[in-house]
Amino acid sequence: MISFERVTKRFPGGTVAVDDLTLDVPEGEVVVLVGPSGCGKTTTMRMVNRMTEPTSGTITVDGRDVMAQDPATLRRRVGYVIQQVGLFPHRTIAQNVATVPQLLGWDDRRTTARVRELMELVGLPEGVADRYPHQLSGGQRQRVGVARALAADPPVMLMDEPFGAVDPIVRGRLQEEFLRLQREVRKTIIFVTHDIDEAILMGDRIAIFSQGGVLEQYAAPRELLADPANDFVIEFLGSERGLKRLALIKVSEVHAEPGPVVNPNAGRTVARDVALAFGTDYVVVVDDGRLRGWVSLHEIDDGQTVADAPLRRFALQVSAEDSLRAALNAMITSRTGVTVRVSSGDRYQGILTQDVIAKEIM
Amino acid sequence: MTPLLAQELVDWSWVASHLDDVQSRTAEHLVLTVVPLVVGFAIAFPLALAARRWEPLYGPMLAFSGVLFTIPSLALFALMIPVTGLSRLTALIPLTMYTLLLLVRNTVEGLRGVPTDVREAALAMGYSRRRLLREVELPLALPVIVAGLRITAVTTIGLVTVTALIGQGGFGQFFLDGFIRRFSTPIMVGLVLSVALAVVFDLGLLAVQWAMTPWQRGR
Amino acid sequence: MDAIVDLVRFLTDPQNWRGTAGVPARTLEHLGYVLAASGLAALIALPTGLLLGHTRRYEILVTQITNAGRAIPTLGILILAFTFFGIRPLPVILALTAMAIPPILVNTYVGVQAVDPEVVDAARGVGMTGLQVLARVEVPVATPLIMAGVRTSVVQVVATATLAAVISLGGLGRFIIDGLQQDVLARVLAGAVLVATLAVLMEWGFAGLQRVLTPRGLRTEASVRDLQGPSGV
Repeated sequence: MISFERVTKRFPGGTVAVDDLTLDVPEGEVVVLVGPSGCGKTTTMRMVNRMTEPTSGTITVDGRDVMAQDPATLRRRVGYVIQQVGLFPHRTIAQNVATVPQLLGWDDRRTTARVRELMELVGLPEGVADRYPHQLSGGQRQRVGVARALAADPPVMLMDEPFGAVDPIVRGRLQEEFLRLQREVRKTIIFVTHDIDEAILMGDRIAIFSQGGVLEQYAAPRELLADPANDFVIEFLGSERGLKRLALIKVSEVHAEPGPVVNPNAGRTVARDVALAFGTDYVVVVDDGRLRGWVSLHEIDDGQTVADAPLRRFALQVSAEDSLRAALNAMITSRTGVTVRVSSGDRYQGILTQDVIAKEIM
Repeated sequence: MTPLLAQELVDWSWVASHLDDVQSRTAEHLVLTVVPLVVGFAIAFPLALAARRWEPLYGPMLAFSGVLFTIPSLALFALMIPVTGLSRLTALIPLTMYTLLLLVRNTVEGLRGVPTDVREAALAMGYSRRRLLREVELPLALPVIVAGLRITAVTTIGLVTVTALIGQGGFGQFFLDGFIRRFSTPIMVGLVLSVALAVVFDLGLLAVQWAMTPWQRGR
Repeated sequence: MDAIVDLVRFLTDPQNWRGTAGVPARTLEHLGYVLAASGLAALIALPTGLLLGHTRRYEILVTQITNAGRAIPTLGILILAFTFFGIRPLPVILALTAMAIPPILVNTYVGVQAVDPEVVDAARGVGMTGLQVLARVEVPVATPLIMAGVRTSVVQVVATATLAAVISLGGLGRFIIDGLQQDVLARVLAGAVLVATLAVLMEWGFAGLQRVLTPRGLRTEASVRDLQGPSGV
C-alpha cells in the first residue's frame, strides 16, 4: 500500500536523516518505525504526506507517487496524528473532528452523523462535542486527535508518538482501545515510537532504525525477538528479550498437561499415588470439572480424605487468551511452581510447567 | 504656593459655555485618531503577511521603527512642515507612520504566535495556505492583533494632543487655551476628554475581541 | 530645497552656538531635565518594580499604571503644572518624572517576574534568602529587560522634555517652539534635528550600556523592543 523505494533525505546542513530506504507497508497492517532519537523515523513518516520531501527516491501510496500529487489533496486522504495533537483551540471538539469532511465538501447532515459515529468509536461521551479543547483532559484530547484523523475514512494513517503525552495508565488504555479499533477498521498505518515495548505491542511489523536513518531490521515482532539481525537490534530490544517474547505467545498455543488431579473424596493413598506419578508433592483438587485449589500431601492425615485437608487457592490463574508471560508471573507466585489454566467458570483445563515455557524460548 | 491653588480646579460654568468647542474638538480628535488607525491597519495588514515570511523585508522594517520611535513626536511633526506646511497632512502622515509600524510588528508577532503543532496539524489535514491563514492562523492571532490595536489607539490619542502645537485641533487646543489664560479648567477638560476617549477605544476594541473569540471565554 | 539650505545656514551660524540660547546651552539644559527626571524615576521605580516583581503581587496595579501613563497626555500635565506653579523647574521635573516611571516600573516588574520559577526555586532550595535570590539570581537575569526599561524611559523623557519648552522652560524644544512662534522654519527644523539626534544618541548609548551590563550567558537580542512605542505622548 505504501512503498519506499531507495528514499534518502538529506537536510541542508548535511545531516542524513533517511538513508537509502526501501520498505513496503502492506495494506491493512500497522508498521511501527522505532529507534533512538535522530534515526529518522519521524522524517520517514512525514514524507508520506509530503510534510517533508525526499531528496531522492520515490514514495508511492496506493501505487501513486506522492510527489506527483497536489499536497493538499494528498493530505486529505491521509490521517495524521501527532503527540501534541494540535487541536484547533478556537473550534469545538465537534468542529475539530469535522475538519477534513468539511474541507472535502461533505454536506452538514453527513458530517454531523459521521462526527457522532466517531466520537462513539473512540470512546468520547456525547457532551464533549460542544466543548473546547482546553476543557478536556490529555487522554480525551488524544482521542479527539484520533477521531479527527479518521473522520474522512482515509485508507492510510500516520501516527507520531500519539500516546506519548499522557501518563502510563491512560497510555495503556489508549493503546488497548486503538488495537481494538484497528481490528475493526483495518487501516494501513505507519506508527512512530521510540519505545520498543509499544512497538512490539502495536505492530504487525516493526522497522528498527539506527542513527543516520539506517534500517537495521524489518520483521514481525516474534521474528524480531527470536532472530535479531545484529548487535544494535539486540541492544535496542533490551535485556529482557526472553520475557518480551513470552508476552507474544498465548497460553492456548502451548500444551497444558493434565496434572496431578484428584477429586475431593480421594483418600490419602490415592492422592499419594497420583502425586507420585507426576513427581509432585501436592495434588490439584477438581470437583466435577471445576477447580477448587490444591492440597499439600504432607497435610493429609491418616484416614482423611483430600476434602478434610487445608485447601489452598491458586492466587493467579490463566486462561487461553493470556500470554505466557502472565503464566510465568502466575507460576512465580505459587508455592507449587506451576500455574493452572482454566476457562470461564473455573473449569479446569490443565497445568503449565516451567519446562513448557522454557521450551518456547528455545 | 501661588494664589492659584486656592482657585478651584474646574469652573463648570466655563465648561457649560464652551460645549460647542468640546464637540468640534472631539470631532477633530476623532478624525486625527481614526484615519491613521484605519489607513495604518489597511497598509500594515498586507505588509505583515508579506513580512512574516520574508525576513529581508521585516528586519529593516523593525530597525526603521526602532529609530522612528526614538525621535520625539514633536520633532517628527516639525520635520514634516517643509513638505506639507501646517496642514492636517503634517499631522496625519507621521501619525499614520506610527500606527503602521506598530501594527505591522504586532500582526507579525501575533501570527508567529500561533502554536506550531496547530499549524502543522492543519497543513497535514490538507489545508491550503490561504484557507490556513483565514480559518486557523488569523482567528488564533486575533487576541494579539486586537491587543496591539488597543495600544496603538491609546498611543495615537495621546500623540494627537501634540499636534495642537503645529496648528491642528483636538483636545490639545484645550491645553493651549489653559496655558494662554493660565486657567486650569480647559486643561482639566482636555485631560479628562483624552483619557475618556482612550478608555472608550480601549474597551470598545476589547469588546470586539471578546465577541470574536468565543473559545477564550471559558478561561 | 530652501528649507534645507536655511537649516544648514542656521546650524553653521556660530551665533547660534553661543550664549544662553545657543545649542550647547540648550542641550545641557535638556540633558539636565533628562538626568533629573530619569534619575528620580529610576530611584522610585526600580526598587518598587524589584519588590513587586519578586513577590509577584499587584500585577493589575502595574498594568493600570502603564495604561494610565499611555493614556494621559504629557502636554496637558505639563501645562497644568505650569498653571499652578508658574515657571518653576521643580514641578515640571516632577511631572516629567511621573511620566518616566511607567516604562521602568513595568519592565523591572516583568523582568523580575519572568525569571523561570524553577530557577528561583532552585536558588531557594540552595538556601538563599529572599533578598539573595533577588540580588543574585533575579536581577542579573532580568537585567536586559530592566535596562531596556531605563532606556525607553530616558528616550521618553527626551521627548517630553522637548514639550517643556511650551511652558517656557529651556531645552532643545525651545528652538522648535520659538521657531513656530516667530515663524522661522529654520529654527524649528534645527530644533527638530538636534533633539532627534540627541534622542538617537542616547538610545544607542544605553543600548551599548545594556549590552555591557548583561551577564554574558544571557546576551541574546531579547524581544525587549516590543514594549517600546513612539516617544512624546
